[in-house]
Amino acid sequence: MITNRKIIRVVGFLTVATSVVGGVGVVGAAVPFVASWNPSAKAKAAGADVEVDISGIEPGQLIRVMWRSKPVWIVRRTPEILAELGQHEDQLRDPNSENEQQPAFAQNQYRSMKEEYLILVGICTHLGCSPQHMKDGAFEEYVEGVPEGFFCPCHGSKFDMAGRVFQNVPAPLNLVVPPYQFVDDATVIIGSEAEVA
Amino acid sequence: MRKLICVLALLLPGMALAAGGNVHLDKANYDLSDKASLQRGAKLFMNYCLGCHGQQYQRYQRTFNDLGIPEELAEENLQFTGDKISDYIERSMPAESAAQWFGAAPPDLTLVARVRGADWIYTYLRSFYVDESRPFGVNNTVFPEVGMPHVLQPLQGTPRMVEEEAMVDGETVMRHAGIKTDGDGALTTAEYDQAILDLVNYLEYTGEPFRLESESIGKWVLIFILVLFVFVFMLKKEFWRDVH
Amino acid sequence: MQAFLAWIEARIPMMRVANMHAIQYPAPRNMNFWYVFGFLATIVLVNQIVTGIWLTMNFNPTAEGAFASVEYIMREIDYGWIIRYMHSTGASAFFIVVYMHMFRGMIYGSYQKPRELLWIFGMLIYLALMAEAFMGYVLPWGQMSYWGAQVIVSLFSAIPVIGPDLVQWIQGDYVISGATLNRFFALHVIALPLVIVILVFLHIIALHEVGSNNPDGVAIKHKKGSLSEDEKTKFEIHEYYTSKYDIADDVVPFFPHIVLKDLVAFCIFLAAFTYIMFFAPEMGGKFLEHPNFEIANPLKTPEHIFPVWYFTPFYAILKAVPDKLFGVIAMFGAIIFLFLLPWFDRGTVKSWRYRSGLHKLNLLVFAGVFIFLGYLGGTPQENWKITASQILTVMYFGFFILLFIYSKNETTKPVPARIPK
Repeated sequence: MITNRKIIRVVGFLTVATSVVGGVGVVGAAVPFVASWNPSAKAKAAGADVEVDISGIEPGQLIRVMWRSKPVWIVRRTPEILAELGQHEDQLRDPNSENEQQPAFAQNQYRSMKEEYLILVGICTHLGCSPQHMKDGAFEEYVEGVPEGFFCPCHGSKFDMAGRVFQNVPAPLNLVVPPYQFVDDATVIIGSEAEVA
Repeated sequence: MRKLICVLALLLPGMALAAGGNVHLDKANYDLSDKASLQRGAKLFMNYCLGCHGQQYQRYQRTFNDLGIPEELAEENLQFTGDKISDYIERSMPAESAAQWFGAAPPDLTLVARVRGADWIYTYLRSFYVDESRPFGVNNTVFPEVGMPHVLQPLQGTPRMVEEEAMVDGETVMRHAGIKTDGDGALTTAEYDQAILDLVNYLEYTGEPFRLESESIGKWVLIFILVLFVFVFMLKKEFWRDVH
Repeated sequence: MQAFLAWIEARIPMMRVANMHAIQYPAPRNMNFWYVFGFLATIVLVNQIVTGIWLTMNFNPTAEGAFASVEYIMREIDYGWIIRYMHSTGASAFFIVVYMHMFRGMIYGSYQKPRELLWIFGMLIYLALMAEAFMGYVLPWGQMSYWGAQVIVSLFSAIPVIGPDLVQWIQGDYVISGATLNRFFALHVIALPLVIVILVFLHIIALHEVGSNNPDGVAIKHKKGSLSEDEKTKFEIHEYYTSKYDIADDVVPFFPHIVLKDLVAFCIFLAAFTYIMFFAPEMGGKFLEHPNFEIANPLKTPEHIFPVWYFTPFYAILKAVPDKLFGVIAMFGAIIFLFLLPWFDRGTVKSWRYRSGLHKLNLLVFAGVFIFLGYLGGTPQENWKITASQILTVMYFGFFILLFIYSKNETTKPVPARIPK
């Protein structure tokens, strides 16, 4: 933009150098503003791990806890449910959990650390509604031959009792398994995995 | 009209109150980088102050991290109220009861060092003396008629006012000349002074936990500005060479 | 790229406006240290707006939550403390810069014809700024926020007939309360900043229309055709100016010369600013008052109530007059007199460099009076201080009266036709 002939010759090293130093300053000054958008200590405190006492859950029962403002289901699966899991795999989109919707320890048929306990984030992978738990044969209405599962009322997505998504529904992925660890048989901590020794 | 005069008139008697106005304050040579001192101060606070005074703007976890105390150790030794480590430091006493028992609810102490200053707190905590006329049996030269009991008396010992004769405006009066303890405290005078200094250090920390970080960043920012200044100055001189 | 710029230019005159006002604008070449403060004021304004926006992201404008939310910003938002201190230091920096800027106008006669309206716009900005700063200080809801608001708002009750109702209307309640805080928040965050930005824009338009003054008060724009080619500037100045006037060889183009000069000043200013911000943000209780670190308590009045330092001269004037209504009148009168400065000064010589010794003395005494009044308004009351502030208040108004008297037939030195080499 400098059009004065007398001073054109001065556009040289000094201008570039000053601009560079100035640019560094601008970036440095922007840091606090950008960083201030990070989750605050309050958000981190609210997002901390949740310790759950699972000793009182009856077989077949589902309890719901909040973790990071999201619903997390803990289901104590019966042997019948576990047995049925292998019977409908041809109807599933991702029966072997190849998509990364779960920690490494849950990449198995049961999608859990212990067979008996299913722990899932209860948010449909389509558009975020919370599916309903259909038990005692109520799920057969939606998938023939499968007595129990999760049905999402918003757009009709269906998941089995390992959180795996069925084909021909809007949801593309299996339900998320959060990181968790068992402190002992009666207590599970949701939010972090046990440190590997 | 009356309200304004009342408010402005309140300024005048304020001069007469000795609450900080005319009392000599001892210098508190606290050092925020002395983590050991801060830890001792934190321990004193949790043990003696937290019963009545909260620090509701500061979280336990931040305090422990900044002071270099491992979390498990801290939870065991410094947390008594059943709070989680991510919680704010709230006092154990309910607010309404506090107001009832003490006349006024004991104030929150997160920011007390910024309101009163380190020297004031340091002197105040070392200026209690036995006064039978007061409800809790003690008075304070820095904060006359204070509603606070001398919680740290077990450490300091029974403090007694020393009086001396003095000439004031041509009259002989008895004047406060210092405080001596009966020697029945757990700490010597020097040890007590150090303990109070640690506590003041801790309170200075909670008032502004990022102070050390601020001075560290500030140093680098100033160096950067110096560098920028040199470049900008040279560039300006270059362009202005032919003018004038 | 050129085609793209041409496309834009045909639809909105971006380049023409930039050239006219920021690049090829003729600036006197003898602009000195006193001339950097307008630029610095704009920088601080931008700072206040940006940091203000960021603070609003986490500030809770209720009586219950305001104080805690400020501590939340300081402790729990990453670098929230930097943003807060930038804002609080910026508020005081704004007034330092603006007072220096105003004083420059006074010593160089930058308020004289044809710049009277420029001065008026500046005074309006100053007024808006004071309102903005006052309301901003209430927001943290500390002891000083609350009680400062209490004292200042109750001043309006001095107005005859409507006073007490007016106070209640301003408060939105029978006392200063959350209702007051909420409306001050709205005014502080959007209403007044909008007003200030518009006024600053008008201020600069008014400046560019008549052109900048300079430390010698000498004209740089001469009648068309009155200068020889030799005497005219060799720099490329926009034809908006060159078509109407002959521009003397006493100018430099705004860009890059003045911009670079301003950047040097900016670096020095920034050093002082960041030193205060990182090492002494409270400035001994002058920038952030100690009682304000205690949450507002309607039942407990602080020992000493002072406004922040930049209001203290006017506070001293208010307290100097024993009567409440006349005290308020005197305080507002002090600002009104400043508004009318172009008409108090009946002289035609602009810069104090060419005016009488009396005028120089008058100006310096005025500055000293203002500062001393500030000291008196910001420290605890003592008997001698009451008398002193009364004398100084008389001297404050005396500046204008004296100026009016001697400026008509003042002994001045001859003003050169061109800027001295």
